[in-house]
Amino acid sequence: MTVNAIGAYEFPPLDLEANFHGNRLLYLGWDRHLMFCSPFALLVDPAMGFAELCEQVLRPAMAAHPDTAKVDFSASVWLLNDQPWSPDFAASLDANGLRHKDMLRLQTPGLNGLGNSAS
Amino acid sequence: MTANKKKLGLKDKYRYLTRDLDWEPSYQDKKAIFPHEDFEGIKITDWDKWEDPFRLTMDAYWKYQAEKEKKLYAILDAFAQNNGQQTISDARYVNALKLFLGGISPCEYQAFQGFARVGRQFSGAGARVACQMQAIDELRHVQTQVHAMSHYNKHFNGLHDFAHMHDRVWFLSVPKSFFDDARTAGPFEFLTAISFSFEYVLTNLLFVPFMSGAAYNGDMATVTFGFSAQSDEARHMTLGLEVIKFMLEQHEDNVPIIQGWIDKWFWRGNRLLTLVGMMMDYMLPNKVMSWAEAWEVYFEQAGGALFKDLERYGIRAPKYVEQSTIGKEHVSHQAWATFYQYSQATNFHTWMPNEEEMDWLSAKYPNTFDQYYRERFTFWREQQEKGERFYNNTLPQLCQVCQIPTIFTEPDDATQLSHRSHVHEGERYHFCSDGCCDIFKNQPQKYVQAWLPVHQIYQGNCGGADIESVVRDYYNINIGEDNFEYLGSPEHQRWLQWKGLNPAVAPLPKAS
Repeated sequence: MTVNAIGAYEFPPLDLEANFHGNRLLYLGWDRHLMFCSPFALLVDPAMGFAELCEQVLRPAMAAHPDTAKVDFSASVWLLNDQPWSPDFAASLDANGLRHKDMLRLQTPGLNGLGNSAS
Repeated sequence: MTANKKKLGLKDKYRYLTRDLDWEPSYQDKKAIFPHEDFEGIKITDWDKWEDPFRLTMDAYWKYQAEKEKKLYAILDAFAQNNGQQTISDARYVNALKLFLGGISPCEYQAFQGFARVGRQFSGAGARVACQMQAIDELRHVQTQVHAMSHYNKHFNGLHDFAHMHDRVWFLSVPKSFFDDARTAGPFEFLTAISFSFEYVLTNLLFVPFMSGAAYNGDMATVTFGFSAQSDEARHMTLGLEVIKFMLEQHEDNVPIIQGWIDKWFWRGNRLLTLVGMMMDYMLPNKVMSWAEAWEVYFEQAGGALFKDLERYGIRAPKYVEQSTIGKEHVSHQAWATFYQYSQATNFHTWMPNEEEMDWLSAKYPNTFDQYYRERFTFWREQQEKGERFYNNTLPQLCQVCQIPTIFTEPDDATQLSHRSHVHEGERYHFCSDGCCDIFKNQPQKYVQAWLPVHQIYQGNCGGADIESVVRDYYNINIGEDNFEYLGSPEHQRWLQWKGLNPAVAPLPKAS
C-alpha cells in the first residue's frame, strides 16, 4: 500500500547520499554496551581506512566506557546490516563495501558492560 | 417562514445553531465542496446518524469558557504576586515544565490547525461543528498554557523560545513529527489519530501525570490550568469515541482501514509517551506514581475495556500492544539515560537520581531497574563525583518514523537494542521497533522525506560546523545556562539562594 493522497505523492528521500557533500552515514552499535543509548550516527569519508575508523573515530567515541581500553578491534566480531562480516583493516570504508546508511554492530566477546549488566 | 418562539428551549437552540446552519447545495456539486471526504476510502452513508457527543452551542461555549478563564487568570495573577515559583518542591521540577512547553503546547496549536481543517472538510454539519469547537479549545489551551508558564520564564532558564525550539531542536522533532504525520493525513485518519487514539485512549497518560505532578510539587499555576482544561478534555474524549463508533457503524468496509490506523496511531502514541514516562519517573521531585503504574491504570485497564467493547465492530486491540506491556518497565529509564547523556543539546537540565530515588525506582520496577539500569546510573554518578560527568559526544541514530533515537531494547531481551532496518528503492532506513518499521512499510513515500535532526545537522542545514554552534545559534539554547547538568547550574545556585543557602559555601548535594 502506498500513500492515499489527494494527488500525486512522490518525493525524493531527504537523506540521499548526494546530500552529504561527499561523505556517507555509517551507524555503529556496540553490543552489550547500552551505556551509549543508541548506535552512533557517524559522518564518514568513504576513502577513510577501516583501521583509521577504529582508532581515530570509534575509540574516542567509546572512550567514556571502562571496557573501551580492552577492546581489540581486530579480534572483535562484526555484523554488517545484521550479517556476519569481516573487515579489511588496511582497506578504505568504500573498498570494504560500506555503503551510505549501513549499520555495523561491534561484538566484543568477554566484555559485557558495566558489572556484566550489558550497560 | 415560520415564526420562532422568542425564547428557545435548549433542544431548539441546539438544532438552530448546529444542524440548521447547514444547507443542501443547489448549483455546486457536493463532492466539489468537500473534496477530501472520499479519498481515504471511508464510506459514510448517512451523516444524520452522527450523534453529537456534547450538545453545546457557540453562545453557551463563549459564556462558559469566559467564566473559566476569568478564574484561571485570577489564580495565575495570585501565583505570580505571591512568588509562587519559590514554593514549588524543588527547582528540578521546572524542567518538566520546559519539556511540556516545548513539546506539548506547540502540539496543542497543531491540534487547533488540524481540527480547523477537518472542521471544514466534512459534509456532515454535526461533525463540522464538533471539530470547529475542538479547534477553538485547542487554541485556548495553547494560550492558557503559555500564560501559565510565562511566569516561570522570568525566573528559570530554557523557557525563552519554545516555538522556535519546537521547530528545530532534535528531541522536539518527536512530538512535532507525530502531529505533522496526523495533519498531513486525510480528515478521517486525523480524527482516528488525534481524537480517538490520542485523546480517547492515551490523553489521561499525558494530562494526569503532568497535572498531578504539578499538584504534588506545589505548582498551582499549572494545576489550575489543568482543572480549566479538564472539562474540554472530557468533551474531546467523548468526541473521539463517537468518531470511531460512527465510522465503524457506517460501513463494514471501514473496519480494516480503521484497524490499520488504530495500529499505527497506538504505536506512535506509545512511543511519544516515552517522554511523559521519563518525566514522571525522573523529573518530578515529589513523585505521583510510576510510569508503569500509570500505564496499567490508564491504558491496560481502561484501554482493555474499550477494545473489548469495540470487538463487536470487528476491531481488535492494537498490534504490538503486548510489546507496550513489556516496554512500560523499561522506556522511562532508557529515555532518561538518553537525555542525561545528550544534555549538552537540551534546553532543560538532567541529573542522576539520588540514593533514595534509586530505591524508589527499584521498588517500582522490581523486574528491571536493578538488573538493567542501576549499574549504569551508579557508574555515571561516580563519574560525576570525580568531576567527569558523562556526556555522549557523538550523535545518535534516529528512528525514521518516531524520530526517537533507537534506544529501545528487544521485547524478549533487554540487553539487546530492538533495531530494525529495511531497504526501500535502494535506500536503507532504520527503526526502533517492529511497530515503527511496519508504519514505514505501509506508507514508505510518507517517511522517506522525514526531517531527521541528526541527518540535517550532517547535511549542513542547521548552521554551524560543530554541535555547540548548532545548539547555540540554530536552537537558540543559551550554553551554560539552559543546558548541561542540573547540579551546580545557574538555576540550581539561584534556588539555593532563594532557600537561604549560600551557593558558594553550601556543598552540592552529594549524589549518594
